[in-house]
Amino acid sequence: MLMNLFKFKGGVKPPSNKLQSNHLPIAQAPMPSRLVVPLHQSIGGTPRPIVQAGDHVLKGQMIGQADGWISAAVHAPTSGTVLEVAMHVRPHPSGLDSLCVVIEPDGKDEWITRTPIDHKATAPADVFHHLQQCGIVGLGGAGFPAHGKLTPSTGVPMDELIINGAECEPFITCDDLLMRERADEVVRGIAVFRDLLQPKKVLIGIEDNKPEAIAAMRAAVDAQKEPFSVVAVPTLYPAGGAKQLIRVLTGKEVPGSMRSTADMGVQVFNVGTAYSAWRAIAHGEPLISRILTITGNVHAPRNYEVLIGTPMDELLALALPHPDTDGILMGGPMMGFLVPNPQVPVVKTTNCLIAHADRLFPPKAPEMPCIRCGACARACPHELQPFEMYWFARAKNFGKTQEYNIFDCIECGCCSFVCPSRIPLVQYFRFAKSEIWAREREKNAADQAKTRFEFKQYREEREKADKAEKLAKAAAAQAAKKAAEAAAAAAETGVAEAVAAPADAAIATVNPEKEAKRATIEAAMARAKAQREAVQPKNVDNLTPEQQQAAAEIEARRVAAHLIAPEPVAPDSEKSE
Amino acid sequence: MFAPAPFLLKDASVSQVMIQVCVALIPGIAAYASLVGPAILVQLVIATLAALAAEAVMLTLRGKSLALFLTDGSAIVTAWLIALTFPPLAPWWLVVTGTVFAVVVAKHLYGGLGQNPFNPAMVAFAVCIVAFPALMSQWPSVGLQLGLIDQMNIILGWAPRVDALSGATPLDAMKTALKLGEGSFDVATLLANQDIYGNFAGRGWEWVAGGYLLGGLWLWHRQLITWHVPLAFVGSLSLISGALWLYNPAQFASPLFHLLSGGAMLGAFFIATDPVSGCTTPRGKLIFGAGCGLLAYIIRVFGGYPDGVAFAVLLMNLSAPVIDLLTQPPVFGMKDKA
Repeated sequence: MLMNLFKFKGGVKPPSNKLQSNHLPIAQAPMPSRLVVPLHQSIGGTPRPIVQAGDHVLKGQMIGQADGWISAAVHAPTSGTVLEVAMHVRPHPSGLDSLCVVIEPDGKDEWITRTPIDHKATAPADVFHHLQQCGIVGLGGAGFPAHGKLTPSTGVPMDELIINGAECEPFITCDDLLMRERADEVVRGIAVFRDLLQPKKVLIGIEDNKPEAIAAMRAAVDAQKEPFSVVAVPTLYPAGGAKQLIRVLTGKEVPGSMRSTADMGVQVFNVGTAYSAWRAIAHGEPLISRILTITGNVHAPRNYEVLIGTPMDELLALALPHPDTDGILMGGPMMGFLVPNPQVPVVKTTNCLIAHADRLFPPKAPEMPCIRCGACARACPHELQPFEMYWFARAKNFGKTQEYNIFDCIECGCCSFVCPSRIPLVQYFRFAKSEIWAREREKNAADQAKTRFEFKQYREEREKADKAEKLAKAAAAQAAKKAAEAAAAAAETGVAEAVAAPADAAIATVNPEKEAKRATIEAAMARAKAQREAVQPKNVDNLTPEQQQAAAEIEARRVAAHLIAPEPVAPDSEKSE
Repeated sequence: MFAPAPFLLKDASVSQVMIQVCVALIPGIAAYASLVGPAILVQLVIATLAALAAEAVMLTLRGKSLALFLTDGSAIVTAWLIALTFPPLAPWWLVVTGTVFAVVVAKHLYGGLGQNPFNPAMVAFAVCIVAFPALMSQWPSVGLQLGLIDQMNIILGWAPRVDALSGATPLDAMKTALKLGEGSFDVATLLANQDIYGNFAGRGWEWVAGGYLLGGLWLWHRQLITWHVPLAFVGSLSLISGALWLYNPAQFASPLFHLLSGGAMLGAFFIATDPVSGCTTPRGKLIFGAGCGLLAYIIRVFGGYPDGVAFAVLLMNLSAPVIDLLTQPPVFGMKDKA
């Protein structure tokens, strides 16, 4: 099938080192002594543990429940007993602990009842739910929950569904072997994705250094009479980067700032994700195992199907590492990392374990100053100027690194690979990015603290005002009572009230805004009065009935004369009395 | 154990880059040596030793690793460019002065490898032609066949520097003749009748320029330089010289004469392509190269110096940061928005 391919700028051609591990079929890894299953294995929320120490679990039983929409469930990879739910080191460069369910296999490998679904007869929402419940996440690297990417974008029609079988990182051959051996199920999984996303085209991109995989996939596509194009793309790292593969196959360039490729009508899935999705749909099998390459400084490199949670050292032993092995690299040599300790478990996104030795990966020569040769800029697949970003990252001028689009960097390592001064450029960029994030967090925290403080101040003011108002109201009520008593005593005041009340009502109906203002003023006056009341002269309190009556009469006259609301003690009358 | 990705690295180093630049200079040096004799090789040795000595002193003073930096080859490239741009029979101390100035002032006082805003070799040339204009203008006459011993005696100052031993470069001679002749000479007559000219430019110098061109194309093939600077340099020099030549062929030499004379080829492929002091963006490199070619022409034809490449490169070095700033290429996915 001939089609016009596009090119992305930059890229490098590191020695592929794939031949070591791709000549043997996929083998089943033996049952490990125990399984450590981290709950957080995908982008998004950390699944909540739903088992506890001592529980017996079956193979495929859910042990972690998805937390939110962007999250995927986690399952017991085999039947056995939960030993503990505790913090363990996870396979991450940070070396931080995360919550894991530790299971001791009982050796029976006893399945739960699996419930396949017919995705064509099921509402899409239920299919997404099923995939989420089966823990299907992107197996290409990032581990984004698959159902999240299968939900069609609103407003943008889906032009192309791209299936990523490029596998551009050196050493890794797990996708190659998966396509060679299980192409039929991969293609069925792609068909499910196609049915859900309804794209105009389906393109399966495979680097041209995998002719067997290309042939197997083409045969499977033909056998199922699907209109999918299996495209051999030129071998050039990082052709398997989502945005690079999109560029090569469609000519579209997805900007770094765009969160989802779906906004440009493209969606990309790894071949492994398609396979797992098919197993979940057609067999009801959750994602509890994956294919992974064990290679590097070993006697017997090979691909294995391994249970999620298998400790890496047990797996590496299968490939008979050479004695000078001094670490385990997870992922490829371009973007992978040395795991914090050899016992860390395999997770859903572990595609390759490479036994590390200086013989294979010589220690880096000392860093030299940048000579601005521009080799990094020519190698950068995102057309950045790495030497400029390096310059500013080194000077901790992070604002400038952002001006040079540091967040478009995908950390593919091409720049570090070509640098004649052996500058670990990607390291500098990670440093700059994390510093910028940290500062942003600090700024957010400071903003929040400021908002909190301001709100606290506002609340205190309001409470004070409320309290004063309450006091004023109470005082006013009391005063009104007094006034009423006084008014009752003076019969002629009834006329005054009758005149004053309708006048108030008239004002209120004419202008509600004014009314509100008036109410505020009244409240303020009431407060002021309450305060004054506290220091009210004693001479009004202990008046003889005659005096009281005289005062009331005066008041009543005043009220009538000024047409104001009857107030027993007018401010100015206090002094006069 | 801390080691960040990538774990695989291309086999590349600064010294490899510098060594390849030196290798690329060899065809030009060979042609040059056959033209002026072994003196040029003597100058290369003198300049190299001076550069390494100055480099070692400066590295020690700055507390930098000698093992790492003395072997990076950058001082050798500077030294060779100085030896190749100074008159081949220049006294040893002139070459040493230029080289030491280049390494100490133009390179290390600005921060050493990768930090110099100006091309050190061109700084050396500019300083010496301003300070010692007479010595910097004495070029061996064509046909002067001196042996190694005689040439060394002149360079080391053990033999008198008689004027007959030295003349102007073909480029300089052409300018002087056209200026002094005030229209009585024309380019074609000069080229046809004077001994120092060959078919297109200076006799023998054509071959030296050809040697640099060959080495430069090899550098391009090895991807150590891109095509932008040399093409823009050669292009702008050809355009301006071609335009004036078409306007008045009697008073202005042809583009070929200018391309094959003086430091044009060396400048286009080896000097203006210096990444440290030049531009780095593709469009910036085009502007940089074109500016070098244009300024070199203006200075060599209308200015008071025998050649203009050194000053042209220095002036463009001065402009490089702002050119880079203004010519940042759009990043992936942002081309239609830029």
